Amino acid sequence: MLVKQISIFLENRPGQLAKACRALAASNVNIVTLSLADTTDFGIVRMILDDHVKGFEVLSKAGFAVRDTEVVMASVADRPGGMAELMEKLDKADVDIEYSYAYALGNSDKAVLIFKFKDNAKAEAALAH
Amino acid sequence: MNPISQKDYIDVAGLRKMQLAKLQELIPYEYERVPLFRRRCDEKGVKPRDLATLADLAKFPFMIKTDLRDEYPYGLTAAPMKDIVRFHCSSGTTGKPICIPATMADVDIWSDGVARCLAMYGIMEEDVLQVSYGYGLFTGGLGAHYGGEKLGCAVLPTGAGNTEKQIMLMKDLGVTAIACTPSYFLHLATTAAQMGVDFRRDTKLKHGIFGAEPWTDEIRRKIEEISGITAHDIYGLTEIAGPGVAGNCPYCNGLHVWEDHFYPEIIDPDTLEVLPDGEQGELVFTTLDRRGTPMVRYRTRDISRLQTEPCKCGRTMRVMDRIHARTDDMLIVHGVNVFPSQIETGLMKVPEIAPHYQIHLSSTDTLDLFEIKVEVVPEAFSDNIRDLEALRKRVLAAVKTIIGLTPKITLVGPGTLPRSEGKIKRVIDNRKK
Repeated sequence: MLVKQISIFLENRPGQLAKACRALAASNVNIVTLSLADTTDFGIVRMILDDHVKGFEVLSKAGFAVRDTEVVMASVADRPGGMAELMEKLDKADVDIEYSYAYALGNSDKAVLIFKFKDNAKAEAALAH
Repeated sequence: MNPISQKDYIDVAGLRKMQLAKLQELIPYEYERVPLFRRRCDEKGVKPRDLATLADLAKFPFMIKTDLRDEYPYGLTAAPMKDIVRFHCSSGTTGKPICIPATMADVDIWSDGVARCLAMYGIMEEDVLQVSYGYGLFTGGLGAHYGGEKLGCAVLPTGAGNTEKQIMLMKDLGVTAIACTPSYFLHLATTAAQMGVDFRRDTKLKHGIFGAEPWTDEIRRKIEEISGITAHDIYGLTEIAGPGVAGNCPYCNGLHVWEDHFYPEIIDPDTLEVLPDGEQGELVFTTLDRRGTPMVRYRTRDISRLQTEPCKCGRTMRVMDRIHARTDDMLIVHGVNVFPSQIETGLMKVPEIAPHYQIHLSSTDTLDLFEIKVEVVPEAFSDNIRDLEALRKRVLAAVKTIIGLTPKITLVGPGTLPRSEGKIKRVIDNRKK
């Protein structure tokens, strides 16, 4: 499934991530999952929010450089080998992964993976099989 | 033509005669009333009566910034307190400020300089002029204010700060011209964009009068591009008057100096010899009319050149090159001379970064650390680390080509570098001296 992800630019100094989270909290936007990519000087926070449009607006207003990206959400069985099966399909279809992160749903036997592919559509097609 | 501009076109012979006559009044006045000047003249063995031609001015001693500090507060004041109506001060980074007491006539001459600049930019009595320079000891606010009133503009004295309100007033009152520092205008533009205000669509703004800090042609283009206004350059310094000593006309690639009030010379800063027009050197001014705190041959430390070609606009007042470098601003990094304006020129070639930057210098025992912080513009922010790293490399390449050094480039978020309401401080030098 294609979903919208929000990315923000974070300087590498204390309090930056907290500031973003506070802004979202104040507007009652929930973070479904996030991942942090960083270099020595700056980072990029990527987030899936329960209200993407509102979240985008809130973070822009708070002064962050914000961008939205389409990513692919895929669920796998939360057991050994679950991820391996999924990767097998992607491998066969020869798609490039730019980045990925995962989260587990609370009371379920599913885990959810977020992928940014070089070619999201091609990957989605591969996963549908 | 506004009658105030008539003086701009006086014939050259008449102008030189007027300058000499004014100098022949000024020099004895200064000699009589300012002990420092008299002492220096005596040391050089030069007397006020030795001034028979304009070239004779070269025989007289210079004044420098430290004279103003050493003689603080009243050592260089030539008029009695009953004639003084105003003080302006400018603070350096170290030690005592400089203090310039002015008479009513001094204020009026200064206003004349500003008003003639405004008229030259095409600003008229019908214009609404917002003055967003700081008011107070700084000469920017009151200088633009009095000049605007003298021309007959409707002056809106907002001062600096409270940016959102400034934008609201600009819209509601139909402001057509704004006077502020170029860095504050960029801040205004960013704030306007956040408020959903488009200068072109929502305001009547046509003119920006920018000065008080050095700014490059690249920043000028950027300002004009984002706001649709014409950016005019106004030059001045507290020691001589404030803004309004010189300004650019629509034709010239430089600034006309109001040399009926402020007599310019260019000197070689090493030999102190006067250089002929057309040669680059340090700009020196003598205030021909000022009586509160007259300056004779004041060394500005600004590097410029008096152009030899007459300007197409027909004004006879000589044109000086735009100031890109003030000798004070020069940084020595790893033994190389670097001007912040060179760094700015490089940075502005990269469209993905905002026109805000900061230069940081610090040192370990053996090494200078040289870092430039630049803001990423929100539209150019990529979700991808590789893209941002590539952007950083492009910024580095743009700067490195010009200065030949390899600073560390740090990308920071939009709006995180400090914005200034007065003069911006772009260089943070924490090196051990």
